[in-house]
Amino acid sequence: MDRLIRQQTCRIYTGGRDFDPRLPSVVLIHGAGHDHSVWHYQARHLAHHGFGVLAPDLPGHGASAGAPLESIDAMADWLLDMLDACGVEHAVLAGHSMGSLIALATAARARERTRKLILIGSVAPMPVAPALIDAACSAPGRAHAMINQWSYSATAQLGASASPGTSLLGINQRLMARQAAGVLATDLRACDAWQDGLSCAAQVSCPTLLISGQRDQMTPPRAVKPLFDALVNVAGGARMMTLQGAGHAMMAEAPQALNNAIRGFLNT
Amino acid sequence: MTDTGLFGAETLALHAGQSPDAMHGSRATPIHFTTSYVFADADQAAALFNLEQPGHVYSRISNPTNAVLEERTAALEGGVGAIAVASGQAALHLAVTTLMGCGGHIVASRSLYGGSHNLFAYTLPRFGIETTFVDPRDPDAWRSAIRPETRLLFGESLGNPGLDVLDIPTVAAIAHAAKLPLLVDATLVSPALQRPFDLGADLVMHSATKFIGGHGVAVGGVLVEGGRFDWEASGLYPTLTEPYDGFHGMDFAEESPVAAFLLRARREGLRDFGACLSPMNAFQILQGLETLPLRMRAHVDNARRVADHLAASPLVDRIAYPGLATHPDHALAERLLPDGCGAVLAFDLKGGREAGRAFIGALRLFSHLANVGDAKSLVIHPASTTHFRMSAPDLAASGIGEGTVRLSVGLESCGDLLADLDRGLYAVGKLLKA
Repeated sequence: MDRLIRQQTCRIYTGGRDFDPRLPSVVLIHGAGHDHSVWHYQARHLAHHGFGVLAPDLPGHGASAGAPLESIDAMADWLLDMLDACGVEHAVLAGHSMGSLIALATAARARERTRKLILIGSVAPMPVAPALIDAACSAPGRAHAMINQWSYSATAQLGASASPGTSLLGINQRLMARQAAGVLATDLRACDAWQDGLSCAAQVSCPTLLISGQRDQMTPPRAVKPLFDALVNVAGGARMMTLQGAGHAMMAEAPQALNNAIRGFLNT
Repeated sequence: MTDTGLFGAETLALHAGQSPDAMHGSRATPIHFTTSYVFADADQAAALFNLEQPGHVYSRISNPTNAVLEERTAALEGGVGAIAVASGQAALHLAVTTLMGCGGHIVASRSLYGGSHNLFAYTLPRFGIETTFVDPRDPDAWRSAIRPETRLLFGESLGNPGLDVLDIPTVAAIAHAAKLPLLVDATLVSPALQRPFDLGADLVMHSATKFIGGHGVAVGGVLVEGGRFDWEASGLYPTLTEPYDGFHGMDFAEESPVAAFLLRARREGLRDFGACLSPMNAFQILQGLETLPLRMRAHVDNARRVADHLAASPLVDRIAYPGLATHPDHALAERLLPDGCGAVLAFDLKGGREAGRAFIGALRLFSHLANVGDAKSLVIHPASTTHFRMSAPDLAASGIGEGTVRLSVGLESCGDLLADLDRGLYAVGKLLKA
């Protein structure tokens, strides 16, 4: 569905079912250079199991108008406006990679509105290799290749996609290439610059689930610990889960395991 | 390394789309001879039907062996995915019917495989889909043939049998200016010699029966999506951008902006038209695909020597092989096919139809049959076989004469092939003296 947010059209994927704000709402926030379609399986699964799903294209991404927002804080502020525009008072926030930082920042801003927090492929802070940011600015094709190299487990890099007949690397490259010039670089800079992750974590008051891919090279499980430590002792507590064999792109590499992890957490 | 992958073609041909079987460790791709797949429980069954999770339900829609062929071909082409079907013709039909219905219009090169020409000229009009055939070398002809109801431009990387080289960048630019996609039949080049997506094409199809399979044992086809064409921005493809009542009201372009075409083609075309590939055929084609880059280099080496040999014969009037400087598309071929122009060539013998009969009758290694792309060398007379339905003017427009002979050069010792061709030429010489 399309919604007007801050006077700009925003594309919000609802998992193949009309969004019903009376259902428990789950917001799925994509990562750098991506759009809602990375959540294809998770959105459909939740939408068919009693949840109202909102998977927006962030401003400037996918089919959403406008320029990409330049900081994680700005993205979190925008996300709250999106919830307002959709008539959602309370929601579970789930984010992948950059999206997890947006979810974390939003949860710290709106403690009373955040029911649960799901951080997928997340570390805080989230430093980005200067070579990747440079490539995103000057040679996007090279940046896409670097991301493909780091986003997938060694097994997935050669294929055997969970989705019959699809090329995971091909889809990811085309999805990134489809974004307007400068979107990826803006996103990566925003991730790199945001240093408030651990302080935001200290303000979170809802239960949090951190999900890592066992073979994640971007945000490896061992690097998640500082964020987990910051979340585990706050009011809601935190749990960590590792998806066996998966890389950073867990939604595509291990869709069923991720669906199960999310559903299990939502049902507790 | 390519823009979509991290490995070279030789590696992808062997490994892409398959990891050793988790249960038994099988290194080769297992043949999944099953029509259907047991659901773990009712919830999983519903989830598979709802596309909440990936997986196989019924082998008409997808099959694990076929999926390896699909993913491997997509990786080699640099696409986002593929669908394996029963034949190259099934791939072409699936592409057309996914994009348009009654009232649709196609602009196609007039240099096509006879079966494709037949589909466009005689069969699709019965279902309300018309085609305008154009000279593939004339950009203005492509441009001026486009109508408001046009939904597809179509050509072959190498036209059959005249071996015209399709100027993919130019035709793709014409298509995109009209918000239309370009479908390329890349059967005669295979991804080892050309990746049409890199040149601007949006969809690629293969008769995998030919060089991809490479051994003349299995019929099959593959349809690949490039992932760059923006179906939603085009505004001309309601089958991809509006809710489809036949599948839960799915808006395919919203579900998957980069693979909407494949999603619809699998969920509608494979499901309803049913031209699925047997997993046995997929396995056999995969065995060929493993050595595709190696074979194509050897095919090209032999074809080049055969072309030179025939060009030197006074009994050959005209030879169509873009690797020769005499071919009108030679310069274009050097740009678009730098690794070689494939292994199919056509030539006209002095003496017309009778000379053709004498030539083919004298050959011992070249098999006289209706196929190309086998490891074994093949020969045929198009005017009386593959293109027999075409009228004389259409034949002439496609560069096919009464005496045109088409060769598919195989992997035999090249000296033996040249000796065999000399046997044929000797027979022609005798005929002309008589």
